[in-house]
Amino acid sequence: MTTPTTHVRPNYMLIWLYLFVMTIAEVLLAFELPVARNLKLILLLILAIWKAMLVALFFMHLKFERWRLRLIFIVPLPLAAILVTTVIMEKVW
Amino acid sequence: MTHATQALDQMRPPYSTEPGSGVYSNKLGMWVFLASDVMFFTALIGSYIVLRFGAPGEWARPGAILNVPLTGLNTFLLICSSVSMVKAYAAIADGKKYFLRKVPGKRLQDGGLKFWLLITIICGAGFVSVQVVEYIKLVGHGFTPAGYREGSLLAEHAAADPIKYGLTVAGLYGSSFFTMTGFHGFHVTCGVISMLYLYFTKVLPEKYSPQDYRGIEVIGLYWHFVDLVWIILFTIVYLI
Repeated sequence: MTTPTTHVRPNYMLIWLYLFVMTIAEVLLAFELPVARNLKLILLLILAIWKAMLVALFFMHLKFERWRLRLIFIVPLPLAAILVTTVIMEKVW
Repeated sequence: MTHATQALDQMRPPYSTEPGSGVYSNKLGMWVFLASDVMFFTALIGSYIVLRFGAPGEWARPGAILNVPLTGLNTFLLICSSVSMVKAYAAIADGKKYFLRKVPGKRLQDGGLKFWLLITIICGAGFVSVQVVEYIKLVGHGFTPAGYREGSLLAEHAAADPIKYGLTVAGLYGSSFFTMTGFHGFHVTCGVISMLYLYFTKVLPEKYSPQDYRGIEVIGLYWHFVDLVWIILFTIVYLI
């Protein structure tokens, strides 16, 4: 039996507002703002990863979980990056 | 980001926990499944990147074929469902099993587990419905997994402006679009069916309590992951 952990509850509505604003920012950036294509690509990816992290950390409560449990979710990410890089390298090669 | 108005006590488990992770087996199982799903979607996204940037021609421009405003609204719907899911989780953690209840001195009624989970189910079903309508319209216009259907209006537009519509790689575009969004839609559908099952068998009969709401936490993890994947897919498929 484990000792229950206690943490402060995130302000879910504030995170929802962040996600909403960032989604609008993404669409505007993609279609309305005159930004160079490569810069646009990088900014869109940053916004997407930022939004995904907000969901994982606060809605999935990863921020409040033990490191052992976080590792289960974190370990596949570098593996995924290696997988994609390898496939791209093979294509380039 | 956080505010210290309310301390959240996690479940005090009357059941056994896994010794390594310190969480109950259902939750550990869901996290392991999600880790495997990360690899599954990575394979899809990786293939998409390789196909797109290694293709002999330019992909269709964003918004040329796909209805981005509609999908943007759909993305917002899925984000709303994620918030309602986490509100359902918070409600049962606070022991609010009810649908709606009047709060003295407040105009709005307070939502309980039954209310917030129902909102999540409606938003999830709405997302799938919009996606089905989008598919029907796209196929109707001539955009199929095999590319642009011969004789369709889209094929005519593509012939007139082959760069804007990525005519040379239309088949690659169609197959990768329908595969990625289709598999995600399948995940959302599974989530909605699972939540409906929980709603009628556990939530309505009030079988969850602040001491044990494992089902809500586990389905919540799955649902947020589905939202997380869509956030990435929306950017990669619709905006870039």
